[in-house]
Amino acid sequence: MVDFSLWDIFRNLLMAARWTVLLSLVAFVGGGLVALGLLLVRLAKLRGAQTGVSAYVQLFQGTPLLMQLFLAYFGLALFGINVPAWLAAALALTLYTSAFLTEIWRGCVNAVPKGQWEAAASLAMSFSETMRHVIGPQALRIALPPTVGFLVQVIKGTALASVIGFIELTKAGTMITNATFKPFTVYACVALMYFLLCWPISAWSRRLERSFKRER
Amino acid sequence: MVVSLDFGAVLAEWPQLLRGAAFTLGLTAVSAVLGVGLGVACGWARAWGPAWLRAVVGVYVELIRNTPFIVQLFFIFFGLPSLGVKLNPEIASVIAMVVNLGAYAAEIARAGIEGTPRGQIEAARSLAMTEAQVFLRVVLPPALARVWPAMTSQIVIVMLGSAVCGQIAAQELSYFANLIQSRNFRAFESFIVATAIYLALSILLRQTLNWLGPKWIFGRVPQGR
Repeated sequence: MVDFSLWDIFRNLLMAARWTVLLSLVAFVGGGLVALGLLLVRLAKLRGAQTGVSAYVQLFQGTPLLMQLFLAYFGLALFGINVPAWLAAALALTLYTSAFLTEIWRGCVNAVPKGQWEAAASLAMSFSETMRHVIGPQALRIALPPTVGFLVQVIKGTALASVIGFIELTKAGTMITNATFKPFTVYACVALMYFLLCWPISAWSRRLERSFKRER
Repeated sequence: MVVSLDFGAVLAEWPQLLRGAAFTLGLTAVSAVLGVGLGVACGWARAWGPAWLRAVVGVYVELIRNTPFIVQLFFIFFGLPSLGVKLNPEIASVIAMVVNLGAYAAEIARAGIEGTPRGQIEAARSLAMTEAQVFLRVVLPPALARVWPAMTSQIVIVMLGSAVCGQIAAQELSYFANLIQSRNFRAFESFIVATAIYLALSILLRQTLNWLGPKWIFGRVPQGR
């Protein structure tokens, strides 16, 4: 048996944490883009968009992320031959993130006073002009704290990708445990690393929220 | 390309799916009662408690809220035995869910407790109520009523999170979905069916909690402010 020092454990986990960060970023950016599209479709009041988008949000918020990961993994496998775990994980997390961000951002757009829409309409602004110059900038300010806060949920969500075999922080923890027989130390280190990733973001989100409250 | 789906093979295993769903609900029920209880206690501690207790609870809440549930579960199930605490999967699942829900519920409960108008507390004290009576009779029921929608959402989230408990072989719904697909190789169908059941459970649970709250938990309190 190879002897692992605490530093060995920590270093190996640190290497794996890169994949957690990368997967989080992919899911966050991808999810953000999909959410933006869904939100615009909904705001533009296209036919059936209202029901369609809210059914989409319901579906992802009312089912376990773990099941969504399995469905992406085995669903893609039905079409292709060999699905790499990172692809299934990125897809599932992107869709999951998009559903939550759509809902968060819709609330933020709704928080912009109705008079702003009316004022824009009275200036004969088109939908895209209204979004770009009037609603967008105001909604963006309101959206910043909850969006940053949601990033923490995405990072924690990536831990489930370990279940379909993607080697990120949690999976690396399991593998190191199997090699070292030190589950207590290893999982404590894993938890600590997630904490070090997430806590600054939580704190940042809280600070943003407070500063916005003070301004109003 | 034609993809053939065979739901029959999965639905034929309905007794197992039913058993899993029932277990998921049972797990959730126990965890919800204990977790909300822990959350209220922590919410009290953070809002009204002595400074040292506030700090301890603060650390607990921050630690849990900033780490994934699956890591908490693995730490309890795989990690604690090396300290001599051996748990079966079901107990480990309940503990992980209670600890997890407790941290989120603490923040929710605190928001409700801190929203209590000062005058109400002073009025209760002037009636010579003890501090415990003030909290349990005057502050807590309307506080819970105020934050019940958020509490309900959190309990639903914990129920959905319990799917992870199948990974330590707790015999809940996702565990059986996994078992079924390993037997008949209908993985996609099996997880679609399980996901649909989870969706139904989450809707059912939300409705039940919305009804249960006003009826039993803070029932004698007039609604609103």
